[in-house]
Amino acid sequence: MPAITMKVNGQAVCGDVEGRTLLVEFLRDKLGLTGTHVGCDTSQCGACVVHVDGKAVKSCTTLAIACADSEVTTIEGLAKNGKLHPMQEAFREHHGLQCGFCTPGMIMSAVDLVKRNGKKLDDETIRHELEGNICRCTGYQNIVAAVKAGAANM
Amino acid sequence: MSETGTGIGARVKRKEDQRFITGKGNYTDDINLPKQTYAYFVRSPHAHATIKSINTAKAKKMPGVVGVFTGEDVANDKLGGLICGWMIHSKDGSPMKAGPHPVLAQGKVRYVGDHVALVVAETKELAKAAAAAVSVTYAVLPHVVDVADAMKAKAPVHDVAPDNRVFNWSIGDEAATDAAFKNAAHVTKIDLVNNRLIPNAMEPRAAIGSYDTGTESYTLYTTSQNPHVARLVISAFHGLAPEHKLRVIAPDVGGGFGSKIFIYAEEVACVWASKHIGGRPIKWTAERSESFLADAHGRDHVTHAELATDANGIITGFKVHTKAAMGAYLSTFASCVPTYLYATLLSGQYAIPNIYAEVDAIYTNTAPVDAYRGAGRPEATYVVERIVETAARELKIDPAEFRRKNFVTAFPHQTPVIMCYDAGDYAAALDKALEMSEYSSFGERKSAAAKKGKLRGIGLSAYIEACGIAPSAAIGSLGAGVGLWESAEVRVNPVGTVEILTGSHSHGQGHETTFAQLVSDRLGVDINNVSIVHGDTDKVQFGMGTYGSRSGAVGMTAISKALDKIEAKAKKVAAAVMEASADDVEFKNGTFTVKGTDKKMAFGEVALSAYVAHKFNSAEIEPGLKEGAFHDPSNFVFPAGVHICEVEIDADTGVTEVVSYTAVDDFGNIINPMIVEGQVHGGIVQGIGQALAEGCVYDKDSGQLLTGSYMDYQMPRAADVPNFKLAFTCTPCPSNPLGMKGCGEAGAIASPAAVMNAVTDALGLRDVAMPATPQTVWKAMQPMKKAAE
Amino acid sequence: MENFNYIRPAKVADAAKAMKKAKDGKFMSGGMTLLPTMKQGLASPSDIIDLSGLKNSGVKVGSKSVTIQAGTIHADVAGSKDLKKAIPGLAKLAGGIGDPHVRHKGTIGGSVANNDPAADYPSACLALGATIHTSDRKLAADKFFTGMFSTALKDTEIVTAVEFPIPKKCGYAKFPNPASLYAMVGVFVAQLADGSVRVAVTGAGAGVFRVPEMEAALSKKFAASSLDGIAVKSKNLNSDMHASAEYRAHLITVMAKRAVDAAK
Repeated sequence: MPAITMKVNGQAVCGDVEGRTLLVEFLRDKLGLTGTHVGCDTSQCGACVVHVDGKAVKSCTTLAIACADSEVTTIEGLAKNGKLHPMQEAFREHHGLQCGFCTPGMIMSAVDLVKRNGKKLDDETIRHELEGNICRCTGYQNIVAAVKAGAANM
Repeated sequence: MSETGTGIGARVKRKEDQRFITGKGNYTDDINLPKQTYAYFVRSPHAHATIKSINTAKAKKMPGVVGVFTGEDVANDKLGGLICGWMIHSKDGSPMKAGPHPVLAQGKVRYVGDHVALVVAETKELAKAAAAAVSVTYAVLPHVVDVADAMKAKAPVHDVAPDNRVFNWSIGDEAATDAAFKNAAHVTKIDLVNNRLIPNAMEPRAAIGSYDTGTESYTLYTTSQNPHVARLVISAFHGLAPEHKLRVIAPDVGGGFGSKIFIYAEEVACVWASKHIGGRPIKWTAERSESFLADAHGRDHVTHAELATDANGIITGFKVHTKAAMGAYLSTFASCVPTYLYATLLSGQYAIPNIYAEVDAIYTNTAPVDAYRGAGRPEATYVVERIVETAARELKIDPAEFRRKNFVTAFPHQTPVIMCYDAGDYAAALDKALEMSEYSSFGERKSAAAKKGKLRGIGLSAYIEACGIAPSAAIGSLGAGVGLWESAEVRVNPVGTVEILTGSHSHGQGHETTFAQLVSDRLGVDINNVSIVHGDTDKVQFGMGTYGSRSGAVGMTAISKALDKIEAKAKKVAAAVMEASADDVEFKNGTFTVKGTDKKMAFGEVALSAYVAHKFNSAEIEPGLKEGAFHDPSNFVFPAGVHICEVEIDADTGVTEVVSYTAVDDFGNIINPMIVEGQVHGGIVQGIGQALAEGCVYDKDSGQLLTGSYMDYQMPRAADVPNFKLAFTCTPCPSNPLGMKGCGEAGAIASPAAVMNAVTDALGLRDVAMPATPQTVWKAMQPMKKAAE
Repeated sequence: MENFNYIRPAKVADAAKAMKKAKDGKFMSGGMTLLPTMKQGLASPSDIIDLSGLKNSGVKVGSKSVTIQAGTIHADVAGSKDLKKAIPGLAKLAGGIGDPHVRHKGTIGGSVANNDPAADYPSACLALGATIHTSDRKLAADKFFTGMFSTALKDTEIVTAVEFPIPKKCGYAKFPNPASLYAMVGVFVAQLADGSVRVAVTGAGAGVFRVPEMEAALSKKFAASSLDGIAVKSKNLNSDMHASAEYRAHLITVMAKRAVDAAK
């Protein structure tokens, strides 16, 4: 079993992986970072979204071994020095979550889409950009409001 | 009530969010126990087959395999089967025909995904690999997947029901209804299919079962909406262990929508098998494809309905015949869904003097069908609101006005189908919805749409639901195996902080916030000094759980009653300390005062005094400040409202877009409007999903589930829905002290009919099948196009 | 998912060597199709040869053609300012593949080499008359795509770049499968530099294909109305629960018209 190293949430980590070990399995099972969730097995729900080298990807469709020496940010690493990221704050402020299961992936996607589309976002852009994240609880309206507000504060 | 602050009526931000937005939630799959093993289930690849043999020898020898279990082991251990907890009797008085539902299949499999064997190994991968090595020989039997064909099936799903009919149940006065139809000026007829749905809570089901060989007791972590009921069933019916030797914990649960009410084979198997592997914990987490196959599905009705009206357009009679699929086994509450949760709502918001409904519940070789958000009430609303709309169109009366002239206007109103509506103002909601949706100028929008090649339609849905389930004696007389009260315990700590132990379970509803709002409001305690404890049978007194929009009306009422007791006890303590008569002590804004004096004590001081117990006679006043209450409601609660949907259909492609959606709901008094709005949004989207996107499809020929992943089952995404316009009307509920109704299911109940009334309006058709996917709509348009050519 | 040997070579030649050595090897670029397929147990290669180590990414716009390195992710194709000017239809196509996360990993080389019948890129390659550069040779798109999930690639041959001639104008219109968001019907229409018109359809058949009747009509007049009354026969089209062959045939004409209207 090869050992790999990567930087997760700013910290150097290492661990043994098989070729088939998915990034999400590495994060959850080896590192105990259970904020990243698995909601499907066909790469569609987006509950597992993390950032690898600054880009949002589905960690359920990414090999851990392929992320060797990469920088990974998960939901646990978004708040800095005890201060919530503006997007996290916005999800609470706008009731952008209910059961919370899709939330980490939603927030990680939201941070990424703001990076790519800027801070001033219309509803249509946000809704389109969330096509890789499924939420069953909120009906999306408050997620869209949260992303809009979070973007403005980023 | 104020929308600011932290009391009742305030838009308080959710207390539970901190852990969810930082990735610190604690869902079942996040939990890992020492020496944990992993489970994988061997499932039936056939819709219907006899099991000739199961060979586990090879699998047992594979690396890392800890145990392999089959139906034989279950039988040898006398582990009881899964049960259906609501007895329904047929018209002829015979009891429903419940076939056996063993935890692991015994002799037969009855749907694709049926649980055949359990493989336990050191890792998930090893368990899965060993499961593939379990060799099962099947003799395939004829199967049936459609409710419409099931009564003519060649091989019955269960021997006990040779025609696959579980029961033939009826409600209402058939003779009186027939007479009403004889005298009718007009009869509207419609045939409707309520499509089968797959719940798809985003957290897949999961369980960790373990056995402590020292204390000889079991612990089960599971994704449950009602852990106490799970414990009761696993103890009393599966016979695993007495209740005091079985702890069930439902930690953070990622959505339920009904699908996590039920007691499932997988969780029972894991906790049972743990003892057989020396007590090591066994963890099972469903892959999404397993959720599709083996979670209880929802809906799946085929209905014929007829509505009689007189010469003035007044409804005089309503007749309904429904065939309801039960799937291959009767799930935990399956039988009450198409009966008492469905046909009792067929009066809708209307004063209909005569109603008769008959329901055939039918086995099919498919996953079991049980309660899914709304459970029976969306199906009822769909039938009522589609036929009412159709009747209005036939009679050339404006659909809004047709509804208005038939509304119930005086309360209480006894319907012919059991329910007694206690309060409401249906016209108020209709007026508000018409105004907000700019109903009167719809014609202009339709013309504008036509200019861009779009067909625009508008549809109403005036729904009512009975929720806050339910009065125990009433449902007991109707066949329920349990009572549906709720419990609460209020523990005031010596420093004045408060713990609420509730039998309700939150899996997205925000109880940690709304319940704390109630306590803050009543006791004047800072909301951050209130914690809500739920989901653990070792911590919380027996409770009934969360479903049927009951946590507010029933669960919070139990808390409220316990708070009454706390207040009464605290007054006694305060009176003793302040040397006054308890009758003279008043409590307001967290302060106890003595009438006519300037004596006062803060709530926290009284709490401390209650525990220090120096200042009163303990023979008269017991030390401590902790009270419990059980609340059994005297009636259901009846949320109602009017939803109006506008769609535009692309004539070239058949794509339907919801372009406007207005929801006006009467939920009585509201604790937290922010949370209630969120519930409505989510419900509406699940209903839009049913109407336009989601449809579970089994292949007729093979019995295979064709919509077995998100590749084929369309979940609504953000871009598929618009922002909704919401408003509330309020007639407080008279049957609970908080005046609350329930809001969790309303959106899903109202919206399918509103959307489909809009789609049929746009197309000028009587009916279009749900889900009205682009292809379905395009096909429906073809005869019109041909006629135009 | 079955386990496998994982190799990430830095050079094309090493990748080919690794493939030769493997019992049942698979090249992986972004892995957006391969990994889900393996997770479902539909593929269990002995070796995964990860081409991301080749680091061949980039969009280069020349005077007559645009060359996109095989390892370029969809997001970078969609976001390329130069490409948006040169072949806006191609940039738009890339921006509509999968979802943002897929576009951060999936590559043009992987998509072209996999030739999924519901993939978007093959339609652009065929309609624009692209040349597929491989480790061994250069192949015209017309020769490259040979059917469902099949191409002219040999076992150890690797796509290294795709070269697209810059057309006068082009457009892409996709009707996504409502559940998976893959193309149920996607039509790429291009008016090439020499004035000829090509129409390529993806998602509707066993593999990407051209529609000569539409090409002829559009060559006469490049307008959506030229396609009135022209429909692909449904006989050989895909049929599933989301779209019958007849519906797909209908959508091809609708999407072709929309692609013409969108052409820039």
